[in-house]
Amino acid sequence: MIEYDVLVIGGGLAGMSAALHAGEAGASVAMVSKVYPTRSHSAAAQGGINAALGIEDSWEVHAYETVKGSDFLGDQDAIEILCHEGIQDVFDLEHWGVIFDRNEEGNIHMRGFGGTDKSRTCHVGDMTGQTILHVMYERLLRRNVKSYDEWFVTTLLMDEGACCGAVAMEITSGKFEVFKAKAVIICTGGCGRVYEPSTNGLIVTGDGLSLAYRVGALLMDMEMVQYHPTTLPANGFLITEGARGEGAYLLNSEGERFMQDERYGATTLEEKASRDVVSRAETIEIQEGRGIDGCVLLDCRHIKDRILEAFHQISELAIDYAGVDITQQPLPIRPGMHYMMGGIKTDIDGRCYRHNGDGSEPLPGLYSAGEAACVSAHGANRLGGNSLLDCVTFGRRAGARAAEYARSINSANISEAVIGVEEQKIGDLFARSTNERAPALRLEMGEIMHTFTGVFREEAGLLEAERRIHAVRERFPDVSVHDKGRVFNTDLLAVLELGFMFDCAETIIASALARKESRGAHTRTDYPERDDENWLKHVAVYHTPDGPAVTYLPVTITKWQPETRKY
Amino acid sequence: MIQANLKVYRYDPQTAQEPHYDTYEVKELPDFATVLDALIKVREDIDGTLAMRCSCRSAVCGSCAFRVNGHAKLGCKTKVSTLAPDGEEIRVEPMGNMKVIKDLVTDMEMFWDKVKQVKPWIETEGEPPEREYQVPHAKMVELQQSMNCIMCGACVSDCTVLEEDPNFLAPAALAKAYRVVGDPRHGKAKEWLTELSEEGGIWDCTRCLECVEVCPKDVAPMDLIIKLREKAIEEGLTDNIGAKHVLHFTESVAHTGVLDERTLPMKAAGWGWAVKNAGIAIKATLKGKIKPLLPGSHPSVTEVQDIRRIHKQLEGEKRK
Repeated sequence: MIEYDVLVIGGGLAGMSAALHAGEAGASVAMVSKVYPTRSHSAAAQGGINAALGIEDSWEVHAYETVKGSDFLGDQDAIEILCHEGIQDVFDLEHWGVIFDRNEEGNIHMRGFGGTDKSRTCHVGDMTGQTILHVMYERLLRRNVKSYDEWFVTTLLMDEGACCGAVAMEITSGKFEVFKAKAVIICTGGCGRVYEPSTNGLIVTGDGLSLAYRVGALLMDMEMVQYHPTTLPANGFLITEGARGEGAYLLNSEGERFMQDERYGATTLEEKASRDVVSRAETIEIQEGRGIDGCVLLDCRHIKDRILEAFHQISELAIDYAGVDITQQPLPIRPGMHYMMGGIKTDIDGRCYRHNGDGSEPLPGLYSAGEAACVSAHGANRLGGNSLLDCVTFGRRAGARAAEYARSINSANISEAVIGVEEQKIGDLFARSTNERAPALRLEMGEIMHTFTGVFREEAGLLEAERRIHAVRERFPDVSVHDKGRVFNTDLLAVLELGFMFDCAETIIASALARKESRGAHTRTDYPERDDENWLKHVAVYHTPDGPAVTYLPVTITKWQPETRKY
Repeated sequence: MIQANLKVYRYDPQTAQEPHYDTYEVKELPDFATVLDALIKVREDIDGTLAMRCSCRSAVCGSCAFRVNGHAKLGCKTKVSTLAPDGEEIRVEPMGNMKVIKDLVTDMEMFWDKVKQVKPWIETEGEPPEREYQVPHAKMVELQQSMNCIMCGACVSDCTVLEEDPNFLAPAALAKAYRVVGDPRHGKAKEWLTELSEEGGIWDCTRCLECVEVCPKDVAPMDLIIKLREKAIEEGLTDNIGAKHVLHFTESVAHTGVLDERTLPMKAAGWGWAVKNAGIAIKATLKGKIKPLLPGSHPSVTEVQDIRRIHKQLEGEKRK
C-alpha cells in the first residue's frame, strides 16, 4: 500500500498545479497519470491564457465577459476568482519561465480572442498549452514532486462516506496497487472521446468523471458541450481561435462574411463572438446550403504576416491534413466537439459534492479541478483562453485546500483486499470468448453523440440517443480483448476507458433532456429561447442503479444580472 | 483511399517467443493517413495485442515516436502516401537506445532521468518583480526552438554517441538545458554550464547531425548544443578537453591558417595524456600520418594574411 496525504489523479495542467500547491502547503503528495505528464492533453491548447493585464482592461471586465460568455449560467463567485486571482497566476507562470510572446516594451503580448473586443490572451505563438504544461512540469521536477507515470486508476476508495484513496494499475507491469490518501484530487480532463469526431486526444476518456460519479459525486452542467468553430474536417483537429482573434474571416460558399448577418446576433464582434454563437451560425449556413462539403471557410489571407509570424502549428496542420496553404487559400473548417463545460461539481476550493435530500452536501476527501471539474466558471459556454487559466487557478486552490483538509483528519481504514475485486474484473474479461470490440463500440457511441447531442438538439433526438447508447451499452459485457497479457495491455485499457465513457455519454444525454430551454452551447430547437424564469439553474446528475438521476442547483450571482446576449 | 503495408516489430516479454515481425495489410485508409493512423487501425480492427503509445495525433503530445524504415519519426507526422507512394512495405520498430517493454513501447525512464539531470528549470535571482519580467520579444522567440521539444525521444533513439556511451546526456536533455541557460530570467547560467561541461555533457556530442535530421519539431538539438558550448566558453569554462580543443583549433587556424594537428592533443588533453599516448604519436609520425613535431614542419599557408583578417573580423563581430 502506498500512502500520501494528497493523491492527485491526472498529470495535466490542473493536476500539476494541484500537486505543486498541495506540496507547497506542506502535504505529502503524489500525482498519478496514465501517461507521462507532458503527454497530457493540456499540451494541445494553442491560442492562449486570459489575464486582464492591459491598462485599458480590468479583471472586472474580464469577469463580466466570462459571465456573458457563460450565458449567465456561470457561478459568479468562481468567475470573479478566476479573473482576479488568475492575473497573479499568469505572472507566476511567467516567473517560472513561460516564454510568453512580448510587446515592444518587453511585457507580455496579448492577442484578441472570442467573446471580447479586448486583447487579453497571453500566448506563446500557437503553442501556449504545450509551453505552460512543460514549464509547470519543470517546476514539479524542481520541487521533486513524486509522479507515478503510466498508472491507470480503476476505482476510488471510500471509508465511512469519505474518499480515502484509489486503486491503480501500473501499465507497464499490469500490477495493481492501493494508494491510500487523506484527500484525492481528480484532474483527469474532459471526455472528448465520447464524441466522434473530437479535437481531443485519444486519452481524453472521462475516467475521472466516471470514477467520481461512481462514488456518488454530482456531475453538473453536463449538457454543456462546447463545439469549437474551427476544426479540420479530415480528422477533427483544432485550428486556434487566435486566428480569428487576429482578424481572420469566416466565409460561406457565396464568399460572404456570414457572421455579419444580423440574425446571428454578433454584428459588433462578428467572427470574434463566443464559440457557441459562431458554431451555431456555421451550422445554419451549412444546413441552409451555403457550405462547401459540410464546411465553411476560414480566410487568413489578409493576415498572412501574423500567420507566418505566430501560427506555425496551424499552418502546418492545414498543409498536412487539408492540403491548404492558409496564407494563399481559405481553409475549409467546421464546428467540432472540443470541450466539456460540465464536470464534477465543485465549489471554489475544489471540493466535490453529493446529492442529499433536495440539495447537495460536500463529499469529504474528494476534490477536482480543470476540465474534469465544474466549478462553474464557464457555465453554458466557455470563452477561449479561459480553460488554461481555470486549470492553473482552480488547480492551485484545490491543491491548497486538499492539503489543509488532509492535516485535519486521521488516516482511513482500508485494506488491500480491494485489489482482489479489480483482479477479478480483469480475469472475467480475459475469460470471455465473445466478439464485441471496444473500439467499434466507442465509434458507434461517438457518432450517436455527435448526431443527436451536437450543436442543435431536440427531444426526439435526445430520446433516440438515450435509446441507442443504452443499446450499445447492453453489448458492453460482450466486449473481449485480443491481448490477454498484463504488460502494457492497451487493448485492456481501451475496455476500461469505454466503461468510463458510457457514464459520461449517459449523463450528457440525461442533462440535455432535462434542460428545456436554449442557453449557451445547449441549443434545443424545440425550446429555442433562453428561459431565465425556469432555467437559471444548474442541472446536476447523480448515479443510481437505474441510471443518472437529475437534480437542480442554484446559480451564484454576485454582480451581474442576466441580460440579453448580443455580440 | 489508400492501403498501408506494415511490417511491425513484435516483442512480448511474457512469452518465450523471440522478437519478430508481423506484417499487416491495412486497407481503406484515408489519403492523408499517417503511419500512426495505420497502426491504430491495426490495433483496433486487426490485432488488439499490438502495444504502442499515442494520444493527440497532431504532433504535440510526443507519445508516438517509432523507428520507421530505420529512422526515428513521429508516427502521427509521417504520411503513408509520402513514405510509400506505390504501396511499398513500411517497417515500424521501437525507438533505439532504449529497452523494449512490449512491441513498440520502449522504457523511457533513462530519457526522463537525463532530462532531470540537467535541472530543467530556471532559477531567478532575488525576488521576482510584481508583474512580469521585461524581456525582449526576440529573446523569447529564440527560446521557442528549444521549447518546441515535445520530449518524444526521437533524437535520443538515433543518437550515435549514446549508442557508445550511456552516460551521454543526449540531445533532448541538452536542448532542454539550452531552454534554461538561454533564458534571460535564469540567474545561474554559469552554474548550469559548469555542470553541463562535465563528462557526458555538451562536449561529448560528435556533431553527427542525426538528432537534427530526425527531430519532428525542428528543435535541431545539435545546434543548441553548439550554442551551449559557445556560452560555456564565453563564461570562461575552458578547463576541459572539449573547450580546449575548440580554442586550440581556432588559435592554430588564426595563426597559421591551418590546424596544427601535431600540438592539438597536448593542448586539448594535456601533456600527461600526450606522454601516455606518445607511442601512438610516434608510430603515426613514422608512418607519415602526422608531421613530426619539429620547428618548421607546420608552415603557414600562403593566404594566411587573409585568414587572420577574417578571424579578426569575426572576433570583433562576436564581441558586438
